[in-house]
Amino acid sequence: MAAQKLSIAKALNESLRKALETDPKVLIMGEDVGKLGGVFRITDGLQKDFGEDRVIDTPLAESGIVGTAIGLALRGYRPIVEIQFDGFVFPAYDQIVTQLAKMHARALGKIKMPVVIRIPYGGGIGAVEHHSESPEALFAHVAGLKVVSPSNASDAYWMMQQAVQSDDPIIFFEPKRRYWDKGDLDTESIPLPLHKAVVARAGSDLTLAAYGPMVKVCLEAAAAAQEEGKSVEVLDLRSMSPIDFDAVQTSVEKTGRLVVVHEAPVFYGSGAEIAARITERCFYHLEAPVLRVGGYHAPYPPARLEDEYLPGLDRVLDAVDRSLAY
Amino acid sequence: MTVESTAARKPRRSSKRTSAAKTPQTSEPQLVQLLTPEGERVEHPDFEIDLSPDELRGLYRDMVLTRRFDAEATALQRQGELGLWASLLGQEAAQIGSGRALRDDDYVFPTYREHGVAWCRGVDPTNLLGMFRGVNHGGWDPTTNNFHLYTIVIGSQTLHATGYAMGVAKDGADSAVVAYFGDGASSQGDVAEAFTFSAVYNAPVVFFCQNNQWAISEPTEKQMRVPLYQRAQGFGFPGVRVDGNDVLACLAVTRSALERARRGEGPTLVEAFTYRMGAHTTSDDPTKYRADEERAAWEAKDPILRLRTYLEKQDLADAAFFAALEEESETLGKRVREAVRAMPDPDRMAIFDHTYADGNPLVDEERAQFAAYQASFAEEGN
Ligand SMILES: Cc1ncc(C[n+]2csc(CCOP(=O)(O)OP(=O)(O)O)c2C)c(N)n1
Repeated sequence: MAAQKLSIAKALNESLRKALETDPKVLIMGEDVGKLGGVFRITDGLQKDFGEDRVIDTPLAESGIVGTAIGLALRGYRPIVEIQFDGFVFPAYDQIVTQLAKMHARALGKIKMPVVIRIPYGGGIGAVEHHSESPEALFAHVAGLKVVSPSNASDAYWMMQQAVQSDDPIIFFEPKRRYWDKGDLDTESIPLPLHKAVVARAGSDLTLAAYGPMVKVCLEAAAAAQEEGKSVEVLDLRSMSPIDFDAVQTSVEKTGRLVVVHEAPVFYGSGAEIAARITERCFYHLEAPVLRVGGYHAPYPPARLEDEYLPGLDRVLDAVDRSLAY
Repeated sequence: MTVESTAARKPRRSSKRTSAAKTPQTSEPQLVQLLTPEGERVEHPDFEIDLSPDELRGLYRDMVLTRRFDAEATALQRQGELGLWASLLGQEAAQIGSGRALRDDDYVFPTYREHGVAWCRGVDPTNLLGMFRGVNHGGWDPTTNNFHLYTIVIGSQTLHATGYAMGVAKDGADSAVVAYFGDGASSQGDVAEAFTFSAVYNAPVVFFCQNNQWAISEPTEKQMRVPLYQRAQGFGFPGVRVDGNDVLACLAVTRSALERARRGEGPTLVEAFTYRMGAHTTSDDPTKYRADEERAAWEAKDPILRLRTYLEKQDLADAAFFAALEEESETLGKRVREAVRAMPDPDRMAIFDHTYADGNPLVDEERAQFAAYQASFAEEGN
């Protein structure tokens, strides 16, 4: 298998399959991951091929899923856990924050926690409550966890490979509304390191920094801005913890302007962290304050209002204009 | 020999032996039954019920109209009017039986599938559709009918119910509380904690589990190794398994559990043994994991047919009754269809409404920015 065109969902499926094939210690656990292949079919066919001992349908209990994954990791396994939807990770939040994140430090580095927690996240699919949230900042704030989110099929494949190989717990946020987007995947190429940002589109007037579902919106915004004669660079951060601040700095030193875009609420969001660091690092390069575009300080709205809530092309372009107007 | 060396020499158990086998106990239920699948009245020593013909016809009507409403909602989802629907098909008896056991001052904490219970509480069915259409997250005032908002996060509401019941007891009131949940939910920590709290504080709460055999694709064997109702014993309160397709038994058992709660004797777990005849929700495809024959076997136990057979055999309802009910069903379907189609999208400013009861300057600021941004489009349009 070399170069091919795949959806993000299929790329993840292929990556999980490869992980199961490569390492007998890799396990997949979660609700409905077996016969059904998960509600998004990310684990489709894996139980059939690897058996119920490796692809485990768990009881409907998120604290139980993560808590037992911790135990399995202590015993030498490498569990990949599926949380069905973003809003359902919270029953497991205690285990993730108080136990998983801190185990390595408490054991003075003697034990490792190679657990991947996959969470389909974000809105835009017209779902009911608790199925559209972006809680990445809640995890990025916790020391001991690493938080990543791919935006395309190639990253989905490779970042999952790297996450499974990592000895640290990784919260792997999958942009659910992009699951069906297709992209090129070369399974023989050499992947970028897991926590490196990448320039998804080069430009010279302003930098848009985004990750996961918002990368596509930013690329569209940059293309639209191009038509108005503005050269916008798009950075795909790929990792929210750690953040590749060097890449952001390099870009901002070139363009002098930064707009951070995410679906999560702006207040205390990852944009706040990026704005603060970049202001510190690039104060004399900045031509405008770092702007943020994201969700509001309100519960994620019912589906009929999510287009208003989610940053779309217009809101991103509006921020581009505001930044350029300084 | 030290403990460690014993452990080290212990033969490895093969993974075959540890993997789950079908638990016979969960498939051979000890059911409380008052009406057989063939529509025969039977007696149970602990649960008796004596209903007037009017009451019997009333239960039948409730089930038929609930099923009609549910079918209409499913159709509306297929037509793109609803984003999602969680059907209760097959669970009418469990819901109507338990729902009709309630008194007005009792309080109900549902999941997202209790359309029949909502019906019994007098919640207008069209109010249930807002959240599935995506125009709101609830759509009714829980305090009007003592019917709480639907809860999507599995199991959460069992703790709310317990806390509410603790409050009822503190107030010295004699009402009771019912928490609805599914067989899958019984795996959640919250549910175990609700059992613990309710037992310790002797809370007047009835845990009404509709064991519909499936949690999306997972059969009950993936959630439990002993029949669910038996679990209550370990927490110190009674559990009873009732034929969830028998509306009379569901009514009698729930009534008795509610009376127990009112008498100050604490919680009861009722396990209504029933079946989800359709998909988990309209997003689900049960052909991926479930055999058709299983559904067929349960169809033979259909809760509505069985009461109809009884009513007919006993001459408790005539053709005119069934015809009138048919007409009433159609009217309900039409009303629901029209109401959904007429349901407006919410005003966009509603995003900011009710985030806080006492207000918050950050929300005010974002609301104002949002309004100004929206207004800028209007200006451009001119
Ligand atoms: C905490 C949590 N985890 C996962 C889900 C996704 N989910 C929704 S319904 C469901 C299955 C519920 O099964 P059960 O409790 O038996 O109730 P049923 O829908 O069968 O009535 C799952 C896994 C959820 N809503 N909440």
